[in-house]
Amino acid sequence: MYPDPRVVDYVTRHFVPVRAHVKDNAAAFKALGDRFSAHWTPTTLIVDSTGAERHRIEGFLPTDDFLSQLMLGEAKAAFARQDYAAAERLYRDVMDRLPNTDAAAEAQYWTGVSRYRATNDASALKATAQAFVQRYADSTWAKKASVWA
Amino acid sequence: MMETEVTMANDITWGRDFDAALSSAKDKLVLLDFTAAPM
Repeated sequence: MYPDPRVVDYVTRHFVPVRAHVKDNAAAFKALGDRFSAHWTPTTLIVDSTGAERHRIEGFLPTDDFLSQLMLGEAKAAFARQDYAAAERLYRDVMDRLPNTDAAAEAQYWTGVSRYRATNDASALKATAQAFVQRYADSTWAKKASVWA
Repeated sequence: MMETEVTMANDITWGRDFDAALSSAKDKLVLLDFTAAPM
């Protein structure tokens, strides 16, 4: 996935990348692995400036899926800092740009939650439940949203 | 380039010092990659 130029470009523009290699950087691999309970490779963490983990990607993913997970992590970070307008926009980006990934279904769920948090309007949740009837109906996220219908 | 940085053939410049990266990240997020891939 990293040799893919889209991933290289996205990572370079959006993140400060740090690598802990199991052999070539073994001390850091052990220390950071203990710190974040990361004991398998590949594991990729998205960490905010407070040092808090906001998203975790475990195992290999094809390019689109990996990119969508990076985008999901950015959206989760915005949600965590309670910037719900930004979170909604970032979650929607996942759905719009990479609609055929697993992350898109999760993003649809959290788009509704972000809008609800921003507006305190429960109709956002109901609309999200209805959206799952049309899209990603077989996903776990559709089940989770079903209580809002 | 700092000694703590590694440029891969694929052009991602990976830092090696997580806490330094965190300190310099400002409004960016840190991508921490645990890997066993050939360097």
